[in-house]
Amino acid sequence: MIGYLVRRVATAVAVLWAAYTLTFIVLYLLPGDPITTMASGGLDGEPLTPEAIEALKVRYGLDQPLIVQYGHRLAEAVRGDLGTSIQTGQDVRGAILDALPSTLQVALAGLLFAVLVGGGLALAATSTRLRWLRQVLMALPSLAVSLPVFWVGLMLVQVFSFGLHWLPSTGANGPAALVLPAITLGLPMGALIAQVLAKSMDTALAEPYVGTARAKGVGERDVHLRHALRNAAIPALTVLGYVAGNLLAGTVVVETVFTRPGLGRLTVQAVGVQDIPLVQGIVIFASLVFVGVNLLVDLIYPVLDPRIATGVPA
Amino acid sequence: MTELLLREEGSSSVVLARASTPRERRARLGRFLLRRPGLVASVLMVLLVLIAAFAPSVLAPGDPNLGVVADKLQAPSAAHLFGTDYLGRDVYTRVVHGASLSLQATVIAVAVALVAGGLIGLLAGFVGRWVDEALMRVVDVLLSIPAILLSLALITALGYGTVKVAIAVGIASVASFARVMRAETMRIRRSTYVEAARSVGTRWYVSLWRHVLPNAAGPVLVLAVLEFGLAILAISSLSFLGYGAPPPAPEWGSLISEGRNYLATSWWLCALPGLTIAATVLSVNRISRALDGEWKR
Repeated sequence: MIGYLVRRVATAVAVLWAAYTLTFIVLYLLPGDPITTMASGGLDGEPLTPEAIEALKVRYGLDQPLIVQYGHRLAEAVRGDLGTSIQTGQDVRGAILDALPSTLQVALAGLLFAVLVGGGLALAATSTRLRWLRQVLMALPSLAVSLPVFWVGLMLVQVFSFGLHWLPSTGANGPAALVLPAITLGLPMGALIAQVLAKSMDTALAEPYVGTARAKGVGERDVHLRHALRNAAIPALTVLGYVAGNLLAGTVVVETVFTRPGLGRLTVQAVGVQDIPLVQGIVIFASLVFVGVNLLVDLIYPVLDPRIATGVPA
Repeated sequence: MTELLLREEGSSSVVLARASTPRERRARLGRFLLRRPGLVASVLMVLLVLIAAFAPSVLAPGDPNLGVVADKLQAPSAAHLFGTDYLGRDVYTRVVHGASLSLQATVIAVAVALVAGGLIGLLAGFVGRWVDEALMRVVDVLLSIPAILLSLALITALGYGTVKVAIAVGIASVASFARVMRAETMRIRRSTYVEAARSVGTRWYVSLWRHVLPNAAGPVLVLAVLEFGLAILAISSLSFLGYGAPPPAPEWGSLISEGRNYLATSWWLCALPGLTIAATVLSVNRISRALDGEWKR
């Protein structure tokens, strides 16, 4: 068990380090210089003098060789310091943490929607005996992943805000303003959960223990919910890291559509002004969430299925 | 992202006798298509999009950037199929002419992903050992960053524009190609005929070119068609966010972004271009599913 734990944590740290390195290569090695962007009138519209540009480069450490910058920044990142935003001069970690609560609300509401709708759909599709109903239900996820997310959001606003006047179209005031963004964000993830869960439910329902349970006289509802679902949940759990990372990333579009403050809007603004430290900070944060959730899932596995930790072949 | 489209069990698995004469083959194709009206509609939709991309004037002879201000914000009618926008420009004409920009970006994105991912996968699968280890760890890292954020990081470095957005989307989807290509390469490399070829002294590069590449092409092309749909979605999202071609270029994503300000009064400005994107992606996904072995069943 300890060995399993150590291996998982080591993998997580390695992936994070590599993600940091990759974003460093992308953002610092490719052409495009934030100081030049600023010099052409980024902050207050006035072009900077060459001396001021040099001073800024020294201040942000951009005058040093790249490898020195890399080592220096990586060492700071390990201590939790992600640098300073070039646009606002604010600490990157502070900017992310400030934007986080609003984004977490949408992301968690979206996750709730995705799990309820996706899980419900998968259970309904695998428990119905009507072949046509099953086919219709299972066609819904592939339809949902084919729709542009921003368009779904706009259509929801059109119908429920402007048409029916049920829910607000923008802003972040109260739970009512959370409904449409959560649905927009959760829809593609719900589709993914439905597909994965339906597939593993089918596998589980074909297992011998389901036959045993039925032979013992267990009712159909209990066979599905207590026997099959518990086993089918493990493969569905695997996609949770992917789902979490993409819920976070999805807020880039959703917060723009619904004009909500948060991490997604912060990202759009940062990209707009080529705020390299801020963009890198956000990408690293998303990677941290992905790795963190995956680590959590890895740690939950042995609880659900003891064979995983002891290495007994399944 | 391939797991997004896990296939449902085959709905109507018809066992067909091996067709041999051309007439029998035609009859089989007829039966195959007759049972799949959705597939036929998808092929027609993709054909329409291709015509729109290469010869937009055939479908919409007007000028996409020219509007009659007196006719602004008109609802869809026989004269203006998709209505008109705030400058009186015909939205249908703009969607048709936008197809070439959006499709061009999509082709670039898929090509970048296919070539880069294919090479990584080929190298990893063919050389094996530490090269495989190292390359696959890089792929794992690519997968640990959500695609849209990776694209945004690349756009931050590269700048705005259709081609740059396309490259950013392409690089963000390198990982799935690398994985499939690696799996295929390893499968073929271990097959008996490659072993036989090596035992009679075939050089490794001949084997790579004559055995591995042609046999790995199938699954990789199926993935490419699937990625095509995903790339259309990703590119339209980035174009919606404003990173694509500057206005008045009628890119599909920016068309919807323009219509957003008139959402309360003019539903068609967002709804109809969005439906066009959705129909295109659905069609591409349906065709990808058909290519993935439906014919052989």
